[in-house]
Amino acid sequence: MSDPVIRIENLSFQWSAGLAPCLDIPHFEVQAGERIFLYGPSGSGKSTLLGLFGGVLLPQRGSLRLLGVELPQCSASERDRFRAGHVGFLFQQFNLIPYLSVLDNVLLPCRFSSRRRQRAIDSGRSLHDEALRLLDHLDIDTSLHHREATQLSVGQQQRVAAARALIGRPEIVIADEPTSALDADRQIAFLDLMMHESDAAGSTLVFVSHDRRLATAFDREIALPAINHAAVLEAAA
Amino acid sequence: MKHLLILAARSAWNRRLTLGMTLVAVTLSVTLLLGVERIRHDAREGFSHSVSGTDLIVGASTSHVQLMLYAVFRIGEATNNMRWQSYLDLKLNPAVAWAVPLSLGDSHRGFPVLGTNASYFDHFRYGDDRALGFKEGQPFKGVFDAVLGADVADQLGYKLGDRIVLTHGIGGIGGLEHADKPFVVTGILAPTGTPVDRTVHVSLEAISAIHLDWQGGAPLPGFSIPQQFVQKFDLTPKDITAVLVGLKSRIGVFKMQRYVADYAGEPLLAVLPGAALSQLWQVIGTVEQALLAVATMVVVVGLAGLVAVVLASLNERRRELAILRSVGARPVDVFVLLILEGLFITLLGCILGVALLAGASAVIGPWVQTRYGIGVAPRLISPDELRLLAAVIGAGLMSSLVPGYRAYRLSLADGLTPRL
Ligand SMILES: Nc1ncnc2c1ncn2[C@@H]1O[C@H](COP(=O)(O)OP(=O)(O)O)[C@@H](O)[C@H]1O
Ligand SMILES: [Mg+2]
Repeated sequence: MSDPVIRIENLSFQWSAGLAPCLDIPHFEVQAGERIFLYGPSGSGKSTLLGLFGGVLLPQRGSLRLLGVELPQCSASERDRFRAGHVGFLFQQFNLIPYLSVLDNVLLPCRFSSRRRQRAIDSGRSLHDEALRLLDHLDIDTSLHHREATQLSVGQQQRVAAARALIGRPEIVIADEPTSALDADRQIAFLDLMMHESDAAGSTLVFVSHDRRLATAFDREIALPAINHAAVLEAAA
Repeated sequence: MKHLLILAARSAWNRRLTLGMTLVAVTLSVTLLLGVERIRHDAREGFSHSVSGTDLIVGASTSHVQLMLYAVFRIGEATNNMRWQSYLDLKLNPAVAWAVPLSLGDSHRGFPVLGTNASYFDHFRYGDDRALGFKEGQPFKGVFDAVLGADVADQLGYKLGDRIVLTHGIGGIGGLEHADKPFVVTGILAPTGTPVDRTVHVSLEAISAIHLDWQGGAPLPGFSIPQQFVQKFDLTPKDITAVLVGLKSRIGVFKMQRYVADYAGEPLLAVLPGAALSQLWQVIGTVEQALLAVATMVVVVGLAGLVAVVLASLNERRRELAILRSVGARPVDVFVLLILEGLFITLLGCILGVALLAGASAVIGPWVQTRYGIGVAPRLISPDELRLLAAVIGAGLMSSLVPGYRAYRLSLADGLTPRL
């Protein structure tokens, strides 16, 4: 079996020295190609964990390996480069840069990472065509491509953001409650598209939600409080 | 870097209304700063070039500065005149090579009238020892001949042979006219960029002639001498305003100055034009320094406004910065993005400021020239102005560091999820 895509050992994170630890995770692994559903109540530290995956937060203690790279040992700019090149992000709402067109929003990761740009055109298509392909797969009509992001509905915005997270086939795609702002029936449709495309890109998907009903479609479902001892301590206190 | 430039431009365009207002402020402040510098430079330039080759200027005892003002710049009324006899004594002094008498007090449509003699056209020098040249015609010969400076002819549209009427006093409007004794234009001088351009030159005899039937600044009531009869009178002037003196040897200039100061006939004053010009410039200099300081402050205010606007926008842009971070931007990229924005506005303000100034110079330059005698040379930008511009851009860059650093800190603290 190949190395895990994400691997955590004895990780501990606290927001500031005076506060109780927010995360204390003895062990956690995600294998390549897995589709993980991570859930937990609001404030349980889900977004914090994703910040660690993105390399913008650093654990005070422990090991955090992504694709074999020990992130806490990297410099800040190495972590930024790693995130740009290997991780696609998608958030709850307002994911798009308001003054860029739909197309330019999708292409953003390729502007900051030559790796993502390279992988996007590996398919033989031009960068532009690859963006068009993704948008098409995510049900965004061509007439919308040159609109400003703010003129789209919330559902459309989330699908454009998904295309952006997927362009250049990043190994890891992280979605932080991307469906919370959508209607219930839209949520399922979005989830289907998202899963399908992340499979097509060969990405490992970490999907975060406080809503457990969405879990059924995933390979594995993990309750953050179950792996996070800090939360257990907090709950016990 | 290129994609950051594009991002910064798009983002700025998205906030074009607020940024536009600051751009207006920066543009106007740059225009003001460069404008002050331009006028200052051109005023000094014109100033130092207004007279040369004259070793001494002699007049009735007033201040050095006043003597310069009316003898060279033809500004203000000469309150004390010197006697004609004093001029003759001066001219006969063995150290003196030439002496040109000057008599002021009348005007033509706002332009000063200078009474002198033909030697003025031989000896007067300006700029880099340049002599006066005639564009058309020749020096005055008859009593009622007039030679016009280039601006006078240009602005009033006079040609050779035109008739002009002088006005008593320098006021221009409301002055009593010497309407009974019109002059004929016999010569028009080539432009010099000095007060000569704004002067109407006539003979000393003409000045005497038009005042024959005048007393105490007004025509004698019920008494007038027709123009054709003035030759029957002695037209030798009784007094004049000042004398331009050239010496045989410049070495004797201080000795000559003392001679004039000790002159027994009447109290006289001799000034060295070079020294007096720089003395005069020091008086004006403090004003121009103050103006430049004020203009600099206005630029500082403009840039402070820019910093304030960019800083204020940061709070609503935290989400935008977090998105950029999530797609791979480093905090340094965010820093550069904000710097670029400030730099854009400053650069654009500078470019627009230069353009505005060029336009303004073209439009109001001629007006400044006639009104204040400062010839504003039409040009896009001078090296001195370029230095000021570089300083403004430098200051713009420095002030952009403030929002840049703030955004850097914010994006470090916010990471991918801004706490709004
Ligand atoms: N930037 C921050 N500074 C300090 N504390 C924070 C910050 N972000 C989150 N927290 C705290 O960390 C805990 C986990 O928050 P978060 O990871 O956002 O939870 P979730 O995403 O599961 O709702 C909360 O108690 C929250 O108050
Ligand atoms: Mg969260």
